[in-house]
Amino acid sequence: MDASSLTGSSSSSDAPTSGEHRMGTTIVGVCYDGGVVLAADSRTSTGMYVANRASDKISQLTDNVYVCRSGSAADTQVISDYVRYFLHQHTIQSGQPATVKVASNLVRLLAYQNKSMLQAGMIVGGWDKYEGGQIYSVPLGGTILRQPFAIGGSGSSYLYGLMDHEWRDGMTQEEAEKFVVKVVSLAIARDGASGGVVRTVTINADGVKRSFYPGNKLPLWHEELEPQNSLLDILAAGSPDAMVQ
Amino acid sequence: MDGSHANAASAPAAAGGGEGMQRTLNPYVTGNSVIAMKYKDGVIMACDTGASYGSTLRYKSVERIKAVGKHSLIGGSGEFSDFQEILRYLDELTLSDHMWDDGNSLGPKEIHAYLTRVMYNRRNKFDPLWNSLVLGGVKRGPKGDEKYLGMVNMIGTHFEENHIATGFGNHMAVPILRGEWREDLTFEEAVKLIEKCLLVLLYRDRSSINKFQIAKITTEGSTIYPPYALKTNWGFSAFENPSQGAVGTW
Repeated sequence: MDASSLTGSSSSSDAPTSGEHRMGTTIVGVCYDGGVVLAADSRTSTGMYVANRASDKISQLTDNVYVCRSGSAADTQVISDYVRYFLHQHTIQSGQPATVKVASNLVRLLAYQNKSMLQAGMIVGGWDKYEGGQIYSVPLGGTILRQPFAIGGSGSSYLYGLMDHEWRDGMTQEEAEKFVVKVVSLAIARDGASGGVVRTVTINADGVKRSFYPGNKLPLWHEELEPQNSLLDILAAGSPDAMVQ
Repeated sequence: MDGSHANAASAPAAAGGGEGMQRTLNPYVTGNSVIAMKYKDGVIMACDTGASYGSTLRYKSVERIKAVGKHSLIGGSGEFSDFQEILRYLDELTLSDHMWDDGNSLGPKEIHAYLTRVMYNRRNKFDPLWNSLVLGGVKRGPKGDEKYLGMVNMIGTHFEENHIATGFGNHMAVPILRGEWREDLTFEEAVKLIEKCLLVLLYRDRSSINKFQIAKITTEGSTIYPPYALKTNWGFSAFENPSQGAVGTW
């Protein structure tokens, strides 16, 4: 998430094809057999500084629809605020929960009509009684695409190959939750703009469940070491690896 | 929230535009070439199912050919969000047409004319829909079944032809089509010719993927076939050992 755009320094001429990506984030959404799981990292950066190391990038739009936000923190917050406001009225008017399709299309409408001013890549996910669990991708420009799984943010670059290799349709809820945590933590391992904790939101017919996987509970990957309290503990344990000249 | 109204106070020549003036500065999610040609029974159109995000082949199952009304097919390359918006405009157009309930329905020539006006007027406001659109169809007219194929792009250039290609297809497919297209191609011959073009684009266009959709439109209606992949040929001895005769070559 890029908070520096609050100072007005964001520019839409910094296209992915020529300018530097300003999207610090890894966001993921997957459908499983019965619902969806949305996941995100928690790092908001202002240039090189981590402005917030525990941000919540998965925002609620309605009881049954949530959105993962990547790109400019300000832009995505304002979009989700507007969509929440519209959906609230829509729900009152129709007398029933909004469908995931309607929620995603509202996100798309704002993203498309204001494309020259916004830097927002979002993944909308939820559950409704008509179509079950659904994931919709709304990247820069305001395209809308329904997908069985979606990835976004700068960390997603490191996940394309992994998803191509490991994605399977029809996972159980437990498999899906473990899968997204693994996937986001792998992206965090390599993307400087992603980090902190992994937050997940599972949405199905029974409701919504939020989970929190702190940085020290994530699996360790290549060249990562088991965290210790102090070197002193290692020495006290008489580790044979202590380097002695 | 609607940012699509141009600010009257800002000079149209000002490239950045005034407050609230939307301008597609550059495309984000883009579709590849679309190729199309007339054949004996109607019009055949094809494209791959990929949409790129810069150099990343981000979305691989995207349908870029859609039916419009009863008589036409539209294929779009370029910014995918603009193509989706154009499909919404066409939905409105065909709905109003249907609501007239006068027994008439818009044919491909009329749809093409409508799109041309939309594209050109947006271009004049420095707010283009960043697409190249191919419009093909068949409609029964006073002289029998009239086949129609045309294209219009983001600056409003538009024309009719027997065969069309957009994007890279202009460079790779059009020469093939100019050499091999004939008036009376059967469906099978047309498919073979299209596949020849699709394969060339697969080999030589960096942003193409090996997953295609072919669609056809005849007086009976439109058919969009399910996606499929083509076999590629790499069995040239020169490919296996290119530096044999000249060490250090590539």
